[in-house]
Parts: sequence; structure tokens; C-alpha cells
Amino acid sequence: MQERIPILQMGRVLLVTIQVDMHDRLALQLQDDLTNKISESGAKGVLIDISSLEMVDSFIGRVLANISSMASVLDAKTVVVGMQPAVAITLVELGLSLNGVLTALNVMKGMKLLERE
Amino acid sequence: MSSSVLATVISNGQEDLLKEWVQQQLQAEGMRRDLIKVEELTAQSREFLQRFQGAVGSGDLLNIRSMGWSPVLESIGELSRQRGRMGFTPTETALFVLSLKAPLTRLLREAHKDDPIKFIEEITVVGELLDKLGLFTMEVFLQSREEVIIRQQEDMLELSTPVVKLWDGIVALPIIGTLDSARTSVVMESLLQRIVETGSEIAIIDITGVPTVDTLVAQHLLKTVAAARLMGADCIISGIRPQIAQTMVHLAIDLSAVTTKATLAEALKTALQRNGMKVVSSSAV
Repeated sequence: MQERIPILQMGRVLLVTIQVDMHDRLALQLQDDLTNKISESGAKGVLIDISSLEMVDSFIGRVLANISSMASVLDAKTVVVGMQPAVAITLVELGLSLNGVLTALNVMKGMKLLERE
Repeated sequence: MSSSVLATVISNGQEDLLKEWVQQQLQAEGMRRDLIKVEELTAQSREFLQRFQGAVGSGDLLNIRSMGWSPVLESIGELSRQRGRMGFTPTETALFVLSLKAPLTRLLREAHKDDPIKFIEEITVVGELLDKLGLFTMEVFLQSREEVIIRQQEDMLELSTPVVKLWDGIVALPIIGTLDSARTSVVMESLLQRIVETGSEIAIIDITGVPTVDTLVAQHLLKTVAAARLMGADCIISGIRPQIAQTMVHLAIDLSAVTTKATLAEALKTALQRNGMKVVSSSAV
């Protein structure tokens, strides 16, 4: 059985909590699962909680940006919440400022942001 | 051999030598009598002389990096560092060793009354030796000064980046002084850390105290803003002086993606507005 990141559905929002070290295959798997789930459920919002993620590389950063673009093609807004300072600094230094991705400090604020959108 | 002669000369005339040397140091021009007591100076000199005698006895007179000299170097190193901290000038510090030359010369002259050639040979060696020790004193002195400078720089780095909480959900970072890469990373880290700790959604970066903004500084600022945005906080840059606004436009620095305000007061007003608050005068309520 392949390792997967669970996707929870809460009303019209999909909640993804990343609590393990992201490796490349896992990230691609998530991208796959999430796009399927969005079209299946007709969700209007995706909330990705990365507060436990302590390290990122350029690949993971790009996958996050891609997930957001794909979700918006499927008419769902993506909010990335709880990014750690070190992760944010790394992404900026890598030149990935994730333009177009919504961000929030924590899940609660992310939910509010999605409701407003 | 010369080393043994020197050692004997020193041990025979040690008390005289010490007295004369201390006298020499006290009379030297610019000696800081206010910074060091005569007793302390005598104690330091006595200890040095003992170690010096031991080292001379061990043989190698021209290589102060050899084993026999390590107690001497240790003692001068300690003294030099101490004097550096106390505010002695380099000359005063170097004089400690160099002023030993005159009394030592006199002792040698007495020992070689009837052999001028031997005397000249000895005095050349002693001169060279004391010069080397003097140079070593200076080296340690400068090194200790540099350590102080480095420590102060680090302190300043820490001191100059306070992140203050202005209101619930609003933090401000007043930057004072020029931003370079090292400072930017400290500033960025402390700002992001505070954003997480306080759960603030708005961060105001005030650059009133930044004297000049060039492309590099602007790039550092934009990086900080981008990192804060990634975490879910909005940044407002305030305190841009007219001169700096002109420079920024001339340098074609694009700040259109960032909210900018002329003053910190304006920025705070905007931040409060975004949080759904308003400041009104009490009579208007």
C-alpha cells in the first residue's frame, strides 16, 4: 500500500494537512488525488495546512504552486496556511514567491478567507 | 653559549633589573599612572621576568615560537589583552616589553666590561629578541581590539531589529541603519518569528531610519515582504522619505505590489482599517 496524504472534505472545502516529510512522489500523488477529489466533489475551496512542514525544496514549492493553478482551473480557491518562517525564507531565496496562491497564518484564518472569497 | 650568559646575568641582577625596569616604565612618556598601580605593575613585571629568565635558560633565543617560550608568550598575551580592555594605547602596551631593553643592556655591559665584541654580539641577539616579543604584544593587542569590534557588531545586529506589537494583529518593525544581506536575514527572521508568535496579519516595515535605499536594499525589502506574504501576513512599508521615493523611481524599483505609506501613522491607520477598526476623537462619539 502506497503512502498517501489524507484529504478531508468539510462541506465545500477540502482540507489537506501535511504532517510527514514531503518527498517528490508523495507530492505528485497529492497533486493527483487532490485534482480528482475536486472534480468529484465540486469543492470550491482547498485548504493546505503545512504548519508541520519544516523543510521544502524547489520541487515541493513548484508542486504547491501547480496545485493552486490546477485547482483554480477547476474553479476552487487554494489557501496555503501555517507556513513556518524558515520555509518562507527558503522559498523566497529560491525565487518561488507563489504568486496567485492565497496564504493565511492558521487554519481558522484560512477558513475565514475562503468564506469571504 | 650566549644564552647561558644571559640567563646568569639576569638571575644575578634580578632585583636590580626589576627595579630599574619598573622605573623605566614609570618614567616613560605618556605612562598611564591613572590606569595601573605601581604594585600591580611591579607584580606583572616580576612574573614576566621570571618566565623570561626560564625561557632564556631553555636555550633557543631567536625562535620565540619554540616550546621554551610559550609561558612568556602566554604572560604577554594575557597582559596585552588586559591592557587593551583597560584602554591603554598601543604604544603604552608595547612599551612594557621594549622598555626592558635599556636595563638589560646595562647589565650586559657590566658583564662584558673587557670584551666589547662579545658585548655587541649579545646585545644584537637581545635586541632582536625583545623586538620580536614587542611585535607579538602588538599582535595580541590588535587581535583583542578586533574581537571587541566583532562582538559589538553582533550586539548591534541584535539590538537594531526590535519587532514591536502596535495593536492586536499588527506588528511593526522600525529599521534603523543600512540594510545589508546579513542584517536583512536577521531582520527577516525576527519579523517572521514574531508574526507567528503574535498571529499578526499585518506587519508594518518602517524605513524612516534607513539612510539610503539602493537596488540591493530594495531587493532585501521585497524579499521580506514576499516571505511574510507566504506565511499569510500583509506588509505595509512606511516612512519613505521624498528623497528616497525619488531614488526608487529613478532606479526603476517596482513597489507596486506592496502597500506603501509616507508615515508610520498613516500605515497604522490603514492597518486598523483593514482589521475593521477606526480611530475617532472621543468628542465625536
